[in-house]
Amino acid sequence: MPLVKGGHIVADEFVRTAEDAELPAQGAVLVSASRFLADPEAVLGRAGGKVGVIWPNDRDVDDLVPHLARLALVALVFPSFRDGRAYTQARLLRERYAYRGELRATGQVLRDQFVFMLRAGFDAFEVKKQADAEAFTETVKRYSVFYQPTGDGRLSALHQRLQLRHSESAGL
Amino acid sequence: MYAYDEIDRTLVNERVAEFRDQVKRRLSGELTEDEFKMLRLQNGVYLQLHAYMYRIAIPYGTLSSEQLRRLAHVARRYDRGYGHFTTRQNIQFNWIKLAELPDAMADLAEVGIQSMQTSGNNMRNVTSDQWAGVAPGEIEDPRIWAELLRQFTTLHPEFSFLPRKFKIAITASEHDRAAIKIHDIGLRLLKNAEGETGFEVLVGGGLGRSPFIAKTIKPFVHGRDILSYVEAILRVYNQYGRRDNIYKARIKILVHELGIEKFSAEVEEEWQQIRDGVLKLDDDIIEDIRSRFFYPAYETLPHMPDELKQAAHDQKFEAWRKNSVFAHKVQGHAIVVVSLKPVGGPPGDATADQMDALADIADKYSFGEIRVGHEQNLALPHVRKRDLPAVWKALDAIGLAIPNVNLVSDIIACPGLDYCSLANARSIPIAQEITRRFANHDTANLIGRLHINISGCINACGHHHVGHIGILGVEKNNEEFYQITIGGRADEGAALGTLIGPAVPYAEVADVVEDIVEAYLALRAHPEELFVDTVKRLGVEPFRERVYATR
Ligand code: HEM
Ligand code: SF4
Repeated sequence: MPLVKGGHIVADEFVRTAEDAELPAQGAVLVSASRFLADPEAVLGRAGGKVGVIWPNDRDVDDLVPHLARLALVALVFPSFRDGRAYTQARLLRERYAYRGELRATGQVLRDQFVFMLRAGFDAFEVKKQADAEAFTETVKRYSVFYQPTGDGRLSALHQRLQLRHSESAGL
Repeated sequence: MYAYDEIDRTLVNERVAEFRDQVKRRLSGELTEDEFKMLRLQNGVYLQLHAYMYRIAIPYGTLSSEQLRRLAHVARRYDRGYGHFTTRQNIQFNWIKLAELPDAMADLAEVGIQSMQTSGNNMRNVTSDQWAGVAPGEIEDPRIWAELLRQFTTLHPEFSFLPRKFKIAITASEHDRAAIKIHDIGLRLLKNAEGETGFEVLVGGGLGRSPFIAKTIKPFVHGRDILSYVEAILRVYNQYGRRDNIYKARIKILVHELGIEKFSAEVEEEWQQIRDGVLKLDDDIIEDIRSRFFYPAYETLPHMPDELKQAAHDQKFEAWRKNSVFAHKVQGHAIVVVSLKPVGGPPGDATADQMDALADIADKYSFGEIRVGHEQNLALPHVRKRDLPAVWKALDAIGLAIPNVNLVSDIIACPGLDYCSLANARSIPIAQEITRRFANHDTANLIGRLHINISGCINACGHHHVGHIGILGVEKNNEEFYQITIGGRADEGAALGTLIGPAVPYAEVADVVEDIVEAYLALRAHPEELFVDTVKRLGVEPFRERVYATR
């Protein structure tokens, strides 16, 4: 599956490691939540390379919070595009717990969800279809107006109107 | 009226462009039906028995005459010349071609009408009292808040893929015309002891397979906190609502399984973390929305104009006036309810010609505004009392001076087997037959206020659980049968009806309704006692006896 980051299709530096396989000594690794939580220090304490965790959408992100500062990647899961739990997890990680590493959407990720995902705080996308990955830049420009504020910092329509009004009354 | 500005228009146009692209990708095979299904539902497009069905939102039931004319245009240009007003302040078109849908959407977008989230597992059209802003004694116009909620819920990046659909209704009157107790979230505007505006928040109501009356989760949430409080509820629901079983996925089941105390504790905990965040509404924002609602410049008019006194000699006019004209907050004015329930007609249908004519009537007599209520009727919200006779004549000319509002033939009914792929039984023909039985106006008047609600299956689109008489289509050995409940109501005293006995076959439904009504006439304590009150006083037993004694 193509990975889109920073608006471009890029190679994935993270290597997914199977549940019982030995962790490679070097390089960026992506491990399951259960493996990570079984012994966080063992995973984080490797000499060489970044660590990412795949966090299932039915597990409270609170359990991940103590480790966030040391994680380079959190991958959240959309088992089907209809299941929106990971949107809530993403916002909590970004807005409540100030997680600043890579937040990756995985699973059934289609172009029609990109805007929602970006607004929820995702910045990397494992896209199901090549054509959707290629259409990323175009697709995310679809909307220029957003009704509700989220942690992505974009001005909501409510605030946009107030600004317009203020600049009008200031004669700008 | 709320006026869309450039910002609202831009968003709707961007949505139309996106859907046009999605339809193109579906038609080229780039999108599978499974993928497309979710996308079309988010735009109000269903695949029904015969064709695509298109559902359009009428936020808080307010329409301008220009918008109504545009709906007429869509009915004429893309459908078969009529539309169907529903119990959710929506209008549905039953025969639209997929390839033409983006064009229909674009035509509607020009006048600020859209269909975002009229289906799918997201927050649906926010509904409200159809008399909002004109009802005497209301706390304040609830549409200000409904509009804030409409904007909050539209394309919400966290809650567009919920476990199941989600409906919010809001009222500001003591008499609840928005049926808030049968919604996922019900909001009742009120003032606290300090005179500040806020809401009683109810949660977990709904009909369908497991009907529930909503419970109060918080007696008072300040207006400035309402969006964060709603977000807290939704966040808890999104995380913990069941997704394993579609029949248990609504928030009412979560509330029921956790218990309201535990659920409200979860919400409270979440809310405390976000209530002072970006969703907090300051007075500027509320005022800005308020300033975009336009109200007519009412004249000072006599309470009882001569025109009305004269017209009172006409019995037909009086019959209509008595049940179609309601008190307005401004003296000399009235609210006129336009029944869409002609004898023998499908409840809620209006032809394109009727819509156009009604738009003209609204321009002439109601400051260009029309309302849509959950009873599947329309209303003219600002009619000068002196114009009532003229309005009546104009409505009569298009077959809409039907004097049956709130009477036994003012039936709410879903499309049932005639259109709906989920139906077990017909609804519309049952409604048509009952209206024929009670066509005599004097009899109907004698019976008084009596609400009949019909659904063609357990999904309860016709709100049968809360009908004074509820009729639910079920299937038995490939035949249409109907369960009858009585004593339900959807207002501030909301209650679920009680089953009176075994289901009856199609051919007997109208007879049974007649039996129930006859029993009521014999049993009521006095002519003013409403049917539902008689049922409350006596229980279902005497009605059961009357209906099943001879069957
Ligand atoms: C013809 C296409 C329609 C389909 C396929 C359809 C489908 C459904 C389904 C599946 C539900 C139950 C959802 C749930 O409880 O989770 C439902 C509920 C509902 N529908 Fe429809 N419906 C249709 C038309 C209508 C119409 C025409 C109306 C109004 C006249 C309507 C009003 C409602 C209402 C008010 C509910 C909520 C009942 C409740 O409170 O649970 N629907 N619909
Ligand atoms: S109640 Fe059933 S039959 Fe009627 S419209 Fe809803 S889903 Fe269809």
